[in-house]
Amino acid sequence: MSAKTKLPIGQEAIEKKGWIGAHKYLLLRRISQAIFLLLFLIGPWFGLWIVKGNLAGSLTLDVLPLTDPLVLLQGIVARHWPEMTAIIGALIVGVAYALIGGRVYCSWVCPINPVTDGAHWLHEKLGLQKGWQPKKNTRYWVLGMVLIVSALTGTIAWEFVNPITMLHRGLIFGIGFAWSFVIAVFLFDLFVSRRGWCGHLCPVGAFYDLLGTKSILRVSARNRAACDDCMDCFAVCPEMHVITPALRGKGDETPLILSPDCTNCGRCIDVCSVDVFRFTHRFDQSPAPGRDDAATQSPARDARAA
Amino acid sequence: MSATKKPKVVDRRRFLMDAARAAAGCAVAGSLLAVYARDARALPAEALRPPGALPEEDFLAACIRCGLCVRDCPYDTLVLAELGVDGAATGTPFFTARDIPCEMCDDIPCVKACPTGALDPGLTEIDEAKMGIAVLVDEENCLNALGLRCDVCYRVCPVIDEAITLERQHNERSGHHAMFMPVVHAEFCTGCGKCEKSCVLPEAAIKVLPVRLARGKLGEHYRLGWEQMDENGAPLVDGLIDLPDRLPGPGTDNLATPGGFEPTFRLPSGGTGQ
Ligand code: SF4
Ligand code: SF4
Ligand code: SF4
Ligand code: SF4
Repeated sequence: MSAKTKLPIGQEAIEKKGWIGAHKYLLLRRISQAIFLLLFLIGPWFGLWIVKGNLAGSLTLDVLPLTDPLVLLQGIVARHWPEMTAIIGALIVGVAYALIGGRVYCSWVCPINPVTDGAHWLHEKLGLQKGWQPKKNTRYWVLGMVLIVSALTGTIAWEFVNPITMLHRGLIFGIGFAWSFVIAVFLFDLFVSRRGWCGHLCPVGAFYDLLGTKSILRVSARNRAACDDCMDCFAVCPEMHVITPALRGKGDETPLILSPDCTNCGRCIDVCSVDVFRFTHRFDQSPAPGRDDAATQSPARDARAA
Repeated sequence: MSATKKPKVVDRRRFLMDAARAAAGCAVAGSLLAVYARDARALPAEALRPPGALPEEDFLAACIRCGLCVRDCPYDTLVLAELGVDGAATGTPFFTARDIPCEMCDDIPCVKACPTGALDPGLTEIDEAKMGIAVLVDEENCLNALGLRCDVCYRVCPVIDEAITLERQHNERSGHHAMFMPVVHAEFCTGCGKCEKSCVLPEAAIKVLPVRLARGKLGEHYRLGWEQMDENGAPLVDGLIDLPDRLPGPGTDNLATPGGFEPTFRLPSGGTGQ
């Protein structure tokens, strides 16, 4: 390993772009997550009713209904055909995420994301083992399980334990002991499985993952030829397997990160000191020569562990 | 990697092993979730669902726990259940009559707010709501049963004189007073809980119970003769003889009543054969 990889993650980017520049999308994400909570909270706190309800279902400015499509889907397999309002709400949400990337929900909206990000931060600080790493498709199994249990019990089954809505609803309407579910997720990610919840198990993430398979908004490693193998993007990416095909692709292979697992969080864009990544759309055909196409080989690459 | 030459069989075996493992894990987790979901269905008797709520089994398939009904209730009657604090399934709306009863809004805003139909939009007349049924659970401590004229539950009832009436009874204890017992008529009671809320006792003598607890059920084969006679205009069976009614009082074998007489035949044991 070259000495450079010993630098703390993102150090180079901070030196190059400044702290703000190297945390732009992270900050935007935190702001977005806060806004998605505050919008719901200023109603009960200040009597200013812009949005009523919670992430499972809401009404904005008394006209725009929004419904979580997965919650509604569970209701449907539990044999309740919902009223039109809920269906329209679910369609709006579904189409929006299908366009901007399903897992944008995970990184820009979901209130559990700061919790698991926090667990991951502490995990790294403490230098813990990565622990149990379930197979990548485990979350789809969990999603299937949730739908089957909904059908068998005739209930919206995941809502009995869903830490996301427990937390979001809890903060808005009163949480009771639902904290325990949130703490459980935190501890699970910290001690049992690194990035385990959002990355491997959460059926909501799995659902939005499937929803965003053909999403328009994508991250591209267009400037991949400049990559100096600092590995910082892999270190910050919550789904690091999505980076490899785009970053290590040859000239004729697309630099777009097309895996729906990518949460469009933009951390790779932040943390890269040579600006390899950028947001673009999935039809972006701009040429992106692979690094191996370059005539010269960087010394850092020779030092890369095989 | 030199693993490209791996025999297919091993790949397939690994694939099957992984699938089996995932399926087993999901079966375990799924069973736990199912058990938990089933348990959570046991709605406590004090937790009343909002007007128009579907029957509990259907409600848990329909309600997405958004709280829009809670937000639109002008009296803050409804709340979302909190885990470990309220007995109702976490996040579902309910109210406790003794805390804040339902005021039976004419326009039923809670039902209008519900996006899913968990609160049935078919309910347009609040008088037809069936959130529960009031029951005078303590006929001994009710002040009216003690001979007072409390009448509070009767007076606050939004469906006064239909859902609750006061029935005059002889006060056996004093021998020369009346008691006015509050009597609930299930057909008209909406279960709003105003009576329970207002009962002046430290613990209400009248309580709203879920219909399943408040009501008995007649066997399917029962026919009410007087109703059938009304429908039919005449007795259903011709030639019925009207037998004398066995009322307590003179001329019967009810010895407790003045004028009752000794039966002519006694069983050898000395009992009256009754
Ligand atoms: S009818 Fe009115 S008071 Fe009763 S629960 Fe609905 S909104 Fe609240
Ligand atoms: S508005 Fe309907 S779906 Fe939402 S919490 Fe109330 S009953 Fe449930
Ligand atoms: S619950 Fe009580 S107040 Fe409400 S309708 Fe029934 S008897 Fe009347
Ligand atoms: S308010 Fe309570 S004590 Fe008074 S008459 Fe009604 S049930 Fe009895």
